[in-house]
Amino acid sequence: MDLFESALRWLLDSENYRAGSRSPLPIQDRLVEHLTYTGISVLAAALIALPLGFFIGHTGRGRQLVISFTGAMRALPTLGLLFFLLMVLDDHVSFDRAPLIGSVIALVILAIPSMLAGCYAGLESVDRTTIDAARANGMTEWQILRLVEIPLALPLIVGGIRSAVLQVIATATIASYVGLGGLGRIITSGIGLYDYDRILGGALLVTALALSVDALFALLQRATATRGLAEHRPARRRTSKSADTAARA
Amino acid sequence: MIEFESVTKQFPDGTVAVEDFSFTLPSRKTTVFVGSSGCGKTTLLRMINRMIEPTSGRITIDGDDIAGRNKVELRRSIGYVLQSSGLLPHRRVVDNVATVPLLHGVKKSQARAEAMDLLDKVGLDRGLARRYPRQLSGGQQQRVGVARALASDPNVLLMDEPFGAVDPIVRADLQSELNRLQRELGKTIVFVTHDIDEAFLLADQVVIFRKGGVIAQAGTPAEILAAPADDFVASFVGADKGKRTLHLQQRPDDDGLTLVVDGDGRPIGVLRPDGALEKQAPRP
Repeated sequence: MDLFESALRWLLDSENYRAGSRSPLPIQDRLVEHLTYTGISVLAAALIALPLGFFIGHTGRGRQLVISFTGAMRALPTLGLLFFLLMVLDDHVSFDRAPLIGSVIALVILAIPSMLAGCYAGLESVDRTTIDAARANGMTEWQILRLVEIPLALPLIVGGIRSAVLQVIATATIASYVGLGGLGRIITSGIGLYDYDRILGGALLVTALALSVDALFALLQRATATRGLAEHRPARRRTSKSADTAARA
Repeated sequence: MIEFESVTKQFPDGTVAVEDFSFTLPSRKTTVFVGSSGCGKTTLLRMINRMIEPTSGRITIDGDDIAGRNKVELRRSIGYVLQSSGLLPHRRVVDNVATVPLLHGVKKSQARAEAMDLLDKVGLDRGLARRYPRQLSGGQQQRVGVARALASDPNVLLMDEPFGAVDPIVRADLQSELNRLQRELGKTIVFVTHDIDEAFLLADQVVIFRKGGVIAQAGTPAEILAAPADDFVASFVGADKGKRTLHLQQRPDDDGLTLVVDGDGRPIGVLRPDGALEKQAPRP
């Protein structure tokens, strides 16, 4: 418990937030870096995963291929992938940009499977009769996707993005291994200095960040739940929440 | 007028749903396709709005080959009602009804106003307009489905077992409502059902199918009831069952009316001169 108290004291010490402190401080700068890496990676992953997921979910084509491929992607250890990417990138990009590009690629690869799964599972969960009726009423395939499938699948799509963001926030700490910033920088420097306040404080920061972003997504997921479709509430992750859903229902 | 010209449909798995089917459905009349499941009646219906493409043969609407028409445009010009209402669960009733006009680019306020009128027409309270489909009963949902199908004022209305999933009382209600609507609107209706009573009640022309989309008999309800073409038809209309042997009866003291009588000798309705069956109100 002393360890925690001292880490918390370190976290609350305004000295650690003073602008211009020596790296890895101030904390808020690392926090911003961490969110930047996360943002870039999630955005890039979304640009790849969402269109692909919509295509698979709408057409049902290529599903098996993508499932096995993303399964393999999930199995890749991100840290190992990062070092491998650095070696490969070495020949192609300048050494000062390679760490950022490598980290982002590694995080994108981490984020794609959950997003893709949420996306096509969401589209597949839409009642076939509804889609059939929409088509028979004269919607184009594009209109079916835009006006029927995506709105109805939104909670699951957001759910996929939510778990991808969570993984990326937790994993973005590895960027510090290749000389970048982020909250991982605080932890690695703590390891180097045998400074347990920093190690634990950094870890607590990552956890707090992940939980608060997760909470935001939980709200978003609830907001996107289709009105008029009671049982299409998003899947709950925690029991406390499902209990309160049950109470409301 | 909808014409099937030697239409065949073989599905990719080899099943032949319909083979060399030729038939003409008159304009502004109700044609009911009836048969047990797997007889190809739904396949035929769905070929009219190109939800299913025939393997060979031709389908024309008023002389126009539908194969040459843009699928989306064709579907928007044909009303379609499904068994499960197939309403968009995330849209309010009024917007569901306005689906096709909105796709056509009609202004939202105008489309909604017209949708409200349609709710009146199908006998729904305007107060339900702001509800979501899930908040309606099955019968109400079907009425919304009918209103949606009528929203683009189509000449042709396709109905695929629309009243199959509602309870008998509501079904009787919807059936008489559809008859009323049809007298008022005069659409070319193609109606699919496996319920022979429903077929006789709604149809100007009944087509009874065997497996494989083969016509067992086609004609007005009166013609079929009076002279079933063969044992299959006879058993289908219930003539061979002791329980409900539908047959026609004319008695001198009935003022020349033709009664439709079941096996127990109970009259279930009166045959109108144009061949339609006027069903008697159910007795308590």
